Amino acid sequence: MSEQSGDTAVESPEGAVPPTDALVVAEDVRKSFGRLEVLKGIDLQVRRGEVMCVIGPSGSGKSTFLRCVNHLEKLTGGRLWVNGELMGYRERRGRLYELREKEIAAQRSDIGMVFQRFNLFPHLTALGNVMEAPVQVKRQSKAVAAAKAMELLERVGLPDKAGAYPEQLSGGQQQRVAIARALAMEPSLMLFDEPTSALDPELVGEVLDVMRDLAAGGMTMMVVTHEMGFAREVGDSLVFMDDGVVVESGAPDEVLSNPRHERTRAFLSKVL
Amino acid sequence: MSSTTEKTGGPEPDSSVPGRSAPSVTAVPVRYPERWLAAGVVLVLAAMFVHMLFTNDAFNWPFMVDHMFSDPVVRGVWVTISATVLSMLIGILLGIVLAVMRLSGNPVLIAVSWLYTWFFRGVPRLVLAVLFGNLAILYTTIELGLPFDNYWMPWLGLEGDARFFEIDTRTVLSGYVAGLMALSLSEGAYMAEIIRAGLQSVDKGQSEAAQALGMSRGKVLRRITLPQAMRVVIPPTGNETIAMLKDTALLAYVPVTIELFYQLQAVGARTYQIFPMLVAACLWYLAITSVLMVGQYFIERRFNPGRDGGLRNRIVGGAH
Repeated sequence: MSEQSGDTAVESPEGAVPPTDALVVAEDVRKSFGRLEVLKGIDLQVRRGEVMCVIGPSGSGKSTFLRCVNHLEKLTGGRLWVNGELMGYRERRGRLYELREKEIAAQRSDIGMVFQRFNLFPHLTALGNVMEAPVQVKRQSKAVAAAKAMELLERVGLPDKAGAYPEQLSGGQQQRVAIARALAMEPSLMLFDEPTSALDPELVGEVLDVMRDLAAGGMTMMVVTHEMGFAREVGDSLVFMDDGVVVESGAPDEVLSNPRHERTRAFLSKVL
Repeated sequence: MSSTTEKTGGPEPDSSVPGRSAPSVTAVPVRYPERWLAAGVVLVLAAMFVHMLFTNDAFNWPFMVDHMFSDPVVRGVWVTISATVLSMLIGILLGIVLAVMRLSGNPVLIAVSWLYTWFFRGVPRLVLAVLFGNLAILYTTIELGLPFDNYWMPWLGLEGDARFFEIDTRTVLSGYVAGLMALSLSEGAYMAEIIRAGLQSVDKGQSEAAQALGMSRGKVLRRITLPQAMRVVIPPTGNETIAMLKDTALLAYVPVTIELFYQLQAVGARTYQIFPMLVAACLWYLAITSVLMVGQYFIERRFNPGRDGGLRNRIVGGAH
């Protein structure tokens, strides 16, 4: 459940402990590109096993926020914890120290990410894409990684496409391989950045089906999406962002049927 | 893929249009007499050239054939080929290092890489070859030790020096090594630009996806970015290799006496048959570059970025 944690300036002695045991804790997260402030203080929490959908107009900062969660973007203000670890920094006696690149990589390996444009590695087969990180990062043997990768490809319904290169796959198939690739690292959190926005309409369903299965299996998920049906049906919570702030959040049914804010109402009237 | 596009997209020839089965067009084509005139002139000039080849005694064909396959010349061919391969290999490695430095984000590394490229692209290879040939003037010996020892050792009140190893420059820097250095260092500058363009051609989403999986920057480069940059890098590298083969002739001015062009010129100078030996040089270089061009044709066909519309299909999502 996403609650506004208000003005909790963290003053614990270590300074590195998130205020709750939620899997993702964001406190006053800010991000500027030059003089353009894209995130203007985001506070939210994602419990373990929760599926949080984030909606909002384009340019509202929802993708940027998602990219802050796995530190693809550096915050310019606030704090963000995943699994109790401060992302990207170490805090000691009130001072922040940037983590080394290897440490950031280790943090990221626990967070799967699925991109709007799939970003499969075009020079590797579907199987190669899924095996790559376990072999390179977790140093699994190729045999073990391949067996695991085949399992995952079966789970996303593509066991017969193991030897296919991305350019030989449809968009929906590519996105399912991308999901399998992220799952191969056995992450405790999955981030989806508009996973169906680049797909032909008839291919959206197959990707949402995989995500639905994943949610049913208890995976913690943050989903930036325009699929209101999915948000209502699968999401545990819904966050509406606009202009770099969380305007409204709550149970999906509540927010979608009974928006409290004018901005939410205006947005929903355009997309529903 | 294209079958899909034809079915859904492109307008089919409409059979309902009248005249589709009309009689075929049998018009008189436009004539181009001036082209035939030009072709005639060219043919006459070509005939004159061929005639000259056979009648001008200065070519001395029998002498050329006798001498262009002599042992020192054939050895020179191998030296030329080995110098091409080695300087390209060193050049490519250097190019990778320089390109990565250039893209590193560290101002010192960027500046050094830029300066290097600026220098070696700005100085002619011939000048570099002669310069490296005379490097022994600058350093009579090459020593390995701690830097600036002549300053800080006395300052610390220490006697002697901090040099552990010393060798005569001429022993290490034979003509061949000096020439090889000139060619490969210069090639590094060109390859750096080619590799940088290749690395920058890879979509940013690729390294982001790899980073999101927890891969370190080095792994991302080696496993994800470099292999994809290859498609862009390999065709111009083929051109560079062919250019390098020709540039090995510059080694003659280092001088590298075992090199092909030097050997051919030596025969010419010794026998006063200069022109036949220059023609022999042309023929040798033409023969080897022709072989390389065949190789390049196949490599380019293999790595052509537009091959079976790979990029287009990836972006569109290529349903089939």
